[in-house]
Order: sequence, then structure tokens, then C-alpha cells
Amino acid sequence: MTNETTLLVPADRPEVHIERRFDAPIERVFDAHVNAELIPRWWGPRRLTTRVDLLEPRHGGRWRFVQTDADGETYPFRGVYHLVDAPRRIIATFEFEDAPGAVQLSDFRFAVDGAGCRLTQTTVFLSVADRDGMVEAGMRDGMRESLDRLEELGAH
Amino acid sequence: MTAQLDQVFGALANPTRRAILERLADGPATVHALAAPFTTQTLQSISKHIKVLEHAGLIRRERIAQTRPAVLAPEAWRDAHEWIERYQQSLEERYDRLETVLAETDQKQGEAT
Repeated sequence: MTNETTLLVPADRPEVHIERRFDAPIERVFDAHVNAELIPRWWGPRRLTTRVDLLEPRHGGRWRFVQTDADGETYPFRGVYHLVDAPRRIIATFEFEDAPGAVQLSDFRFAVDGAGCRLTQTTVFLSVADRDGMVEAGMRDGMRESLDRLEELGAH
Repeated sequence: MTAQLDQVFGALANPTRRAILERLADGPATVHALAAPFTTQTLQSISKHIKVLEHAGLIRRERIAQTRPAVLAPEAWRDAHEWIERYQQSLEERYDRLETVLAETDQKQGEAT
């Protein structure tokens, strides 16, 4: 039932490539990326709640999402939209406010794939070290998520 | 684990070293044999690359008679692979949630019409 997420992490270039298919029309997959009501329901790991502080999906518009963990610790992220071409493409920067300067530039391309949609994301970083730092943070989330899931299984 | 991974990815970020690893995927080889295809590089330079790979734990040096052939060290590869796999898991989680949200909003739309 689930679609697989493909991830490429080139060793010699500060980039990641991510690809994922969704069983939903392109317009709705695109909308979920620029819809302040939907973003908190999927953006980021489950253990954190996401609040949309600012969302201006247009050329030069800003975005700011704040995540909060169970202890009330907050993790703010922000960036600027450089292209919003519904329903095909979004180009935006991404920065964790607690690590200013480690800016990422992401290119999200949405394409019709049968009855569904294929999302291809290319993110470039300023250095391989920045990229590896982000992958490592993601890795920790992945580990936490699987531990959470194990706990849920145990609870039932 | 992190320092080790930095070394692994640093070691992989070089075309000569990647070519050496590709050659070693076919089986053990001596420094001389590994240097042979690199006509523009000195034996010393190849030897240095091999040391970087060895330091990162990607390869090992064996001792067979008078020679010390290099061989791949599978455990370092397993760690690097796990690192990426865990990250992929977190992406998978995010997009599975998005998929669920899409399915739910689809249902709502269906009810509305």
C-alpha cells in the first residue's frame, strides 16, 4: 500500500535527492505544501507539534514553522520562497534558526504520475559538512520514530 | 560513530579513492596493482590515498607472504549504509503522514460533494 521514498546522498557533492510517489492528484500534493492547515499534520516527525507562524507562498514570500517537543522546547525553521509555480514547482530556502547561516536551497518538482503524483526534491547545502549534519539530525529522528512505533505496537 | 562517518564520507569524496575502492570490490590488490591504472599519479600519491581509506576503516591491509594487499572492510560500509537508511526512515515517516493527510482530505471532499 505504501509508496517508497528514494534517497540519494552523493559522497562528493553537498546535495540530497529525494523522490516519492503519492496516490493523490498533483494539485492536492502541491496544496499540502502551501496550506497552513495541512502543514502541521505532516511536516516533521510525529513527536513534535508544528505551528505555522508565517506562510507566504509567492516569489519573495517568507515562511516560518515552529516545532515544539514534549518538554516545551521549541525548534524554529524559516526560509524564503524563490519560486511558487502551482502545481509544478516550489523553490525555497530552509534554515534552522538555531544554526544561522547553514542555509539549504530546495527545488521541489511535482509531476503527474498516472492517477497520482511524483515529487522530486533536490536540496543543495553550502558544504558536505552541512549536508551531513542535516542527514544526521534526520537519522536521529528516524531512530526515534522507529522507537515510538515499537512502543505503540507494545501498547496494543 | 560520527567522527568515523566523517572520515568515511571524507574518504569517499575523491575520485581516485573511489576508483581504488571499485577495483578492490573485485578482490584484494597490492599497492602496485592499484597504482597501475593511474598513469598520471605517483606510487606515493596512490599510497597516500590508500592510507586515507585505511584510516577511515573502509579498507584493511592483509599480510600475505611478502606482500600487503589491500582488501575492503565491510563493517565500515555497513555503518555508512545504516546512517543513510535511518535518515530515509525519517523521510518515509513524513511522507507517509502526508499520504494519510491526503487520503483524509480526499474523503472530506467526497462527503462535501
